[in-house]
Amino acid sequence: MQLVVISGKGGTGKTTVAASFAYLNKESIKVDCDVDASNLNIVLQGENIASSQFIGAKIAKIDKNKCIECGKCSEVCRFGAIKNNKIIELKCEGCAACKAVCPVDAITLEDEVTGETIITKTDAGILSRAEMVVGAEGSGKLVTEVRKNAMEYRKNNELMILDGTPGIGCAVMASITGCDVALIVIEPTQSGLNDFKRILSLIDHFGVKPLACINKYDINEDMTLEIQKYCENESVEVLGKIPFDPIVQKAVNELKPVICYEDSIAGKEIKNIWENIYKKYKEGIL
Amino acid sequence: MKIAVLSGKGGTGKTTISTNLAKAMGWNYVDCDVEEPNGFIFLNPKVIKTEQVSIPVPEIDPSKCIGCQKCVNICQFNALAWANKDVLLFDKLCHGCGACSLVCGYGAISEVDREIGHIDVGNDEQITCMRGTLNIGEPMAVPIIRDLKKMIGNEKTIIDCSPGSTCSVVAAIEGVDYAVLVTEPTAFGLHDLKIAIELVRTMNIPFGIIINRGSHEKDLIEEHCEKEKINIIGKVMFDKDVAVLYSKGKLLVEHEKYKELFLHIGKKVEGEIACSLL
Ligand code: SF4
Ligand code: SF4
Ligand code: SF4
Ligand code: SF4
Repeated sequence: MQLVVISGKGGTGKTTVAASFAYLNKESIKVDCDVDASNLNIVLQGENIASSQFIGAKIAKIDKNKCIECGKCSEVCRFGAIKNNKIIELKCEGCAACKAVCPVDAITLEDEVTGETIITKTDAGILSRAEMVVGAEGSGKLVTEVRKNAMEYRKNNELMILDGTPGIGCAVMASITGCDVALIVIEPTQSGLNDFKRILSLIDHFGVKPLACINKYDINEDMTLEIQKYCENESVEVLGKIPFDPIVQKAVNELKPVICYEDSIAGKEIKNIWENIYKKYKEGIL
Repeated sequence: MKIAVLSGKGGTGKTTISTNLAKAMGWNYVDCDVEEPNGFIFLNPKVIKTEQVSIPVPEIDPSKCIGCQKCVNICQFNALAWANKDVLLFDKLCHGCGACSLVCGYGAISEVDREIGHIDVGNDEQITCMRGTLNIGEPMAVPIIRDLKKMIGNEKTIIDCSPGSTCSVVAAIEGVDYAVLVTEPTAFGLHDLKIAIELVRTMNIPFGIIINRGSHEKDLIEEHCEKEKINIIGKVMFDKDVAVLYSKGKLLVEHEKYKELFLHIGKKVEGEIACSLL
């Protein structure tokens, strides 16, 4: 089973939940799909055992010696990436339109390293992750690569736990497709409900089974009720309600999964949620 | 004058800071977080206009196509494929770059608009608010952000960016006069902040930091900023009231104490911009 923990937006406690799951099932393979700001390794730590550069995009280069400054390339570039016969790298999408019109073949497309993929061996098992080059394009491709790397370490069809990406764009799509189950972490706020609705339709779109949990549910119990009702209407099972718990902040600061704190009420609920998922998985329901 | 608000990651309070700053200072507000635009929940403007955002995608006329496959070969995004003696388009992969129609020597390719999202323009009592929304299932946010940016006039405008430091953020902060980086005093916060700092530095944008959910003690963000000589322009203390107001979709500046705080931060931002123009 591939389980992705996801939330419409960052900061809902997604990594807190995913890191705890990782600890509760050490044999599982962990995947940090948040290639833009990977955080799971900060909690799980461990040692990097492999890494490689990832070429995720192309970028145009102009050979000054050949260029006759005719300006044709900047005319066709729809992304405003050529000014005064020079390429503005941050804007170039590597589409090759400029190359196609250059009369003297002065333009080449070159590979661009958009990130580094890393395998980390942690106390809680193998973690596949990446660090994206700041401002790079194509984070979806990098997510796909991180998932592919994780597969190589999956010897006996182990469970896979994925820490998803925030948002609903290309990187999120790449973290959801092909997963069996998505656990959506929802915050009981007006924006949380909006984000949830958006991510839920995306999950439906990809045919992944959605499950839900509400984090810090007691911050706004009216909203929690509204979310529960919404879930009921949409036939999404709510597996748990995690209470607001100051120990979570402490756990974040001490860089430990919250389930490691015995008297944490949030940790207890996360454990319940995990056991519930695991039971369903063993029974073959998920 | 454009001011971007960004954060290494979501959930640091970027939207809280941008909406409250806009409201306190009377700056226009533009939500460029097109995957999750939530600013309107707090500002609650009256939407007066909605515009579609589309990108041009190729349409192939089979009667003119001779099957040379030049278009398939030039497309860098695998949006075109040759199958069963036809050119197939995977429209979600298409960036609308126009390279395929440029190389088709037989006039077989024309372009049609494909909608990928929309832009809402609204009014609050004093300020103009805009937001872009990406349609669900669409991977490309950047064209919507570009369109939004084109609609911004000369008035002071605050731009609420997407979380992270991807191409969407690059598109949102390109050409802004100043960037506000919102962060939290945790190890995660510092890690993500460093990435955001690298981004604004690469793009040569002057910037300052706002610490959200701070305490009265000196924290690891302050230590880092001191070491790196980075300006902290404001600090919003950790306060359960803030979380409750947020959950109800309320602005903080409705309360006197926060109004003063945001006015203060806003003036600092204005001062910083003035200095950076010297
Ligand atoms: S490759 Fe495309 S985006 Fe890059 S400079 Fe050439 S035309 Fe512009
Ligand atoms: S099209 Fe070629 S020759 Fe003309 S300006 Fe561009 S790079 Fe130079
Ligand atoms: S380039 Fe034009 S003629 Fe050639 S395969 Fe494409 S559409 Fe057909
Ligand atoms: S417009 Fe560009 S991305 Fe779209 S199909 Fe043509 S070459 Fe490919």
